[in-house]
Amino acid sequence: MAVDRDTVDVGTELPPFVRQTGFHNWNRYAAVNDEFVPIHMDDEAGRAQGFAGAFGMGNLMWSYLHNVVRDWMGDDGRIVAMQCSFRAPNNRGMTVEARGTVTAVRDENGERLVDLDLAVVDHDAPDTVLVPATATVALP
Amino acid sequence: MAPERTHITPQMRDIVGLELRRSTSFPITDSDIRRWAIAVYYPDAAPRLFWDAEHAAGTSHGGIVAPEDFNPFAWLTRTEADAGVVTRAAGGFVSPEEVLGVEKAATTSLINGGTEVEYGVRMRPGDVITSVTTLAGYSEREGRLGLMLFTTSEDTWTNQRGETVKTSRNTLIRY
Repeated sequence: MAVDRDTVDVGTELPPFVRQTGFHNWNRYAAVNDEFVPIHMDDEAGRAQGFAGAFGMGNLMWSYLHNVVRDWMGDDGRIVAMQCSFRAPNNRGMTVEARGTVTAVRDENGERLVDLDLAVVDHDAPDTVLVPATATVALP
Repeated sequence: MAPERTHITPQMRDIVGLELRRSTSFPITDSDIRRWAIAVYYPDAAPRLFWDAEHAAGTSHGGIVAPEDFNPFAWLTRTEADAGVVTRAAGGFVSPEEVLGVEKAATTSLINGGTEVEYGVRMRPGDVITSVTTLAGYSEREGRLGLMLFTTSEDTWTNQRGETVKTSRNTLIRY
């Protein structure tokens, strides 16, 4: 169900988008994005680059940030803008959580625009922010 | 006084603003969209907007659209096919300096710094997307990885009607 825009206020939290990550979702993403990179497919290749093992694609975290916003807004919501930076790797076996909080609400040109503070965090160590992000959306 | 250490050469300053890449996609199919959505929502079901034409017709979009994060340039582009490329080399990183014919920055490692996107119209089945990427600029600062070089590129996607699908700024960090 899409959110009722009249219930949205500063501090409103979005229902989180949670996924346990590993080769089962990375391989599917590699298949649609033609992103077959050894560090995302092979623990040994990840270790050779100084990581704990294989780790997930930043692009898939970017998609998860869109999903958490989209699931909250419903089909008729519009993502106006989004930005993120990649801070820490999504290690294999990690459960990641994309989350969001409303930071501003305003009406502009007949649209209800909402600013969001977003992040992908390690679900089991939520102080570990993998991908801080922000977005502006227009609610239907 | 020792000269200030920098990765940014005069030749690199000269190529700022130049076009790095121009690429046109094959027409997007409903199957491309459906598979993308299933992959990024796995293991849960993807929203019907991305695969159920009847449901999508009843939304404000009037039909199936692609997720905003969809990449129509995966696997092979019309541009590559026209150039005789049939399979992509699994090549490594090619710096913007090499693309534009100057000596590349003297760095050894790179990471994706992040991205900023503004969205325009949605991508739909049948759309042909053209991407034009320019080198927007260089900056640098000292960080925990030493002297870090930030390279920003700007990418504009338009559809076959000339409508803007998105504009993005990507930052590459080299050190």
